[in-house]
Amino acid sequence: MLGIRQADAGMPDTGIYFQWGDFLIQFGNLVVIATMVVLFILALVLPFPGRRSRK
Amino acid sequence: MTVHRGPVPTADDGEPRFSTWTGKARGWALRRLPPDKLLPEDQPSYVSSWIYVFGMGAVAAFAYILGSGAVLALNGPTWFHASAFGRFINSTHLWSVELFFMFMVIHLWGKFWMAAWRGGRVLTWITGMLAFVVSIVTAFTGYLLQTNFDSQWIAFQAKDALNAVGVGAWFNVADLGQILMWHITLLPLAVAAIVALHVVLVRMHGVVPPLEAAASDAQLRSTAPNPATESEDTK
Ligand code: HEM
Repeated sequence: MLGIRQADAGMPDTGIYFQWGDFLIQFGNLVVIATMVVLFILALVLPFPGRRSRK
Repeated sequence: MTVHRGPVPTADDGEPRFSTWTGKARGWALRRLPPDKLLPEDQPSYVSSWIYVFGMGAVAAFAYILGSGAVLALNGPTWFHASAFGRFINSTHLWSVELFFMFMVIHLWGKFWMAAWRGGRVLTWITGMLAFVVSIVTAFTGYLLQTNFDSQWIAFQAKDALNAVGVGAWFNVADLGQILMWHITLLPLAVAAIVALHVVLVRMHGVVPPLEAAASDAQLRSTAPNPATESEDTK
């Protein structure tokens, strides 16, 4: 309206949001949480390299 | 002051007996954390799992945060907010913080589901929790230093809560100089000290045996009793 875009004024992007009923989450936050869950599961199932027979 | 001539006096069991506070402190430290426990050469076989890597992952990310933070501090905001390379280093500082928190949270989940506070390790858990809380405050002050609309927004979201708990004078989100000092001196020092204590405690107690380990497992029977754990390890 004033001829300046949000980005020009250094205003942060409003971002992308997902909503399921009452549950609302921003895209970036969802990515971080999903990455952590995936890394956690991988850490439990992937074999650890360099197994030595020593106790 | 007493002057000892000849060999160090020892008790019946051959343990050195100290009479000064420096000597007593050394004796206490050596009993609790002998050098081979502080810097061990191997670990029990149950430690060979990726889930045990995330604590050190968080330490590594923290080391990068400190290094990049020092570069930012020495070059100043006109460099890291304006020049391309400065903005790049600023971004790596932020991304190592993202990794730090991700590794820390995965570490926390791992320790939670293996009930790693067992066997007298409660202080390890508490220092970990403190590291988490103080890191969040540190990250918060970092976001305020962006001095953009994001910073303004979160500062105004936070100010009433901070004033309500009575810390508004020493932690004033509208005082950029004060917040900068918190962010680049006091809080990093606090996180570093807590993490150091946390890791030393892990070394003192040794890695907690898995929940399903039987008390009779050969690996759990140590040759010498460990005064740090009071042999509660297998509880
Ligand atoms: C600044 C963040 C943190 C760092 C750098 C860190 C670092 C470490 C390291 C290097 C270890 C040993 C290796 C391992 O098992 O991963 C460890 C163990 C441990 N951590 Fe953390 N940690 C952090 C946060 C936490 C948090 C938030 C908790 C839980 C509230 C926690 C609880 C524990 C416990 C209970 C152990 C002992 C495990 C055992 O004895 O087997 N830590 N930590």
